Amino acid sequence: MKTLLLWLLIGGSAFAEPQRIVSVGGAVTETLFALGVGDRVVGVDSSSTFPASATALPQVGYQRAIAPEGVVSLQPDLLVLAATAGPADVVSQLEGLRIPTVHLTEGYSLDAAGQRILRIGEAVGRVDESKRLVESMKTEASRAALPEKAPRVLFVLSAGGGSPVISGTGTAADAMIRLAGGTNPASDFTGYRSLSPEALVALDPEIVLTTKRTLAVSPSESVGLGKLLPGLDLTAAGRNSRLVVMDDLFLLGFGPRTGEAIAKLAGQFAGVK
Amino acid sequence: MIRPAVFFPVAVTLSVVAFAVSLSTGAATIRWADVLAFPDSTSARLFLTIRLPRTVESFVCGGALGVCGAALQGVFRNPLADPALIGVSGGAALGAVVSIVWFEALLAREALTLPICAFLGAIVSVFLVHAISTQRGRVLTSTALLAGIAVNALSGAAIGWFVYGASDSQLRDFTFWSLGSLAGSGWEAVRLSAPLVGIACVGLLWGGRSLNALALGESDAWHMGAPVEWVKRIVLVSSALAVGSVTAFCGTIGFIGLVAPHLVRMAAGADHRIVLPGSFLCGGLLLCGADLVARTARSPAEIPVGIVVASVGAPVFLFLLLRGRGTEA
Repeated sequence: MKTLLLWLLIGGSAFAEPQRIVSVGGAVTETLFALGVGDRVVGVDSSSTFPASATALPQVGYQRAIAPEGVVSLQPDLLVLAATAGPADVVSQLEGLRIPTVHLTEGYSLDAAGQRILRIGEAVGRVDESKRLVESMKTEASRAALPEKAPRVLFVLSAGGGSPVISGTGTAADAMIRLAGGTNPASDFTGYRSLSPEALVALDPEIVLTTKRTLAVSPSESVGLGKLLPGLDLTAAGRNSRLVVMDDLFLLGFGPRTGEAIAKLAGQFAGVK
Repeated sequence: MIRPAVFFPVAVTLSVVAFAVSLSTGAATIRWADVLAFPDSTSARLFLTIRLPRTVESFVCGGALGVCGAALQGVFRNPLADPALIGVSGGAALGAVVSIVWFEALLAREALTLPICAFLGAIVSVFLVHAISTQRGRVLTSTALLAGIAVNALSGAAIGWFVYGASDSQLRDFTFWSLGSLAGSGWEAVRLSAPLVGIACVGLLWGGRSLNALALGESDAWHMGAPVEWVKRIVLVSSALAVGSVTAFCGTIGFIGLVAPHLVRMAAGADHRIVLPGSFLCGGLLLCGADLVARTARSPAEIPVGIVVASVGAPVFLFLLLRGRGTEA
């Protein structure tokens, strides 16, 4: 009798696990795949670029402009939204249809990233896996060989069109630079700004950090820092050709690969005198 | 050209067909038996809370843009006039960017923040245009045109300042708002914009006769007994109310205000008593059709409807222009 009850419980809980998940947010999709429920993801947003198999899934649009009927048409029994997902009226419409929804919070730290993974794990019935994932993420981060002397690292981002912008404080890039043992010389403003060439020279970064997509939309393919942004060629980074390029989602997503990203970034920072 | 007795039945039939097609087509499949039998089923709620209000709103928005465009073209006696000309769109965009940048926290909790700001922006702009162009109790149409351009430029400058200070995500929100979209139009949007559009339409349709007289010139119209000053004022205020409220919910959707009246004139002649209601139907039809494309073409994702309107509407309009040139010129 007890065994039967136990079986019923297990069967019941397994049955209650969501089978059709729509994921909005690159890091959310990454987490779902890392927790082993990638095969249950039936729809993603356009920022879900990792793992590669996720890009083949039906798209519900850009994460800040998701299509309400598009989401419904995938018949999800769980909707996982990054903090940035929207617009708000579409999200409330979807909640009105009583689709179980997990709306995550923002936060650029290992703890915040860990919290998000745990919440997703809970929602998809992978609590133990999510705990292990957070553990390994933090372990990898702690294994990062931080540089002895913190280099000045400037993050350059181009959103396509217009001149590339520099990240100040309060951004994912700023948090990653600090976690990997660098300092952000552009710390007297928050968010992203475009800076004049002279201001760039004055900040004198030792390393310029940017994303793959920025290089793809900017004219410079090779390490021509002055072409990426005029003025950068006159800085320490420009003189020593120190340009670090990383994948957008890997570097800025604060998903399950954050520990790995920190370690890799710290490795790139090493060797700056 | 076809007679009104033919034009209106055709336009109404086309609108009803578009409405029905829009209700029955979408990314999600609706089980109609469920809608009728189980008011609590997903199909029923999807239909009643998402698809139906969105289709209604597309007609309200498109209609408002069309009828206001027709009235403004009449008042300014300029076929290029559209609601953007009197500063409505610029002001609404400024209101939207203010709410996105300054009231970001409020925006997440209260979905009406952006529409309210955008609406206020539109109203203030038109009020400015009106105040600048009024001299000794008369609205000077030529001054109103210039004032509209100046107020638009001013809004543009202010938007520039906000965009300059905006964060990456705020920028993207604003970009998507300005591309126009009917996603998220629920009953609340309909409830708030439809009455204003309705009031505006009553005012504009009343002015139809006088707009015909105005086509001869303001002084001739005045000598014919048309209440010229009242008509100008009512067209300005009605356009502000109607276009302001729809822009607030759907973002800037250009082109319809310009094209709908032209299509009606090509089909049924220049009598404003026909052009005004005809433009309402035509505008509604255009936006409903465009939104249908926007939400199904790349399903389950969605295309901003402003892009669809422009990229489908502009070639069609060009085609009509070229064809008309051959027969009439």
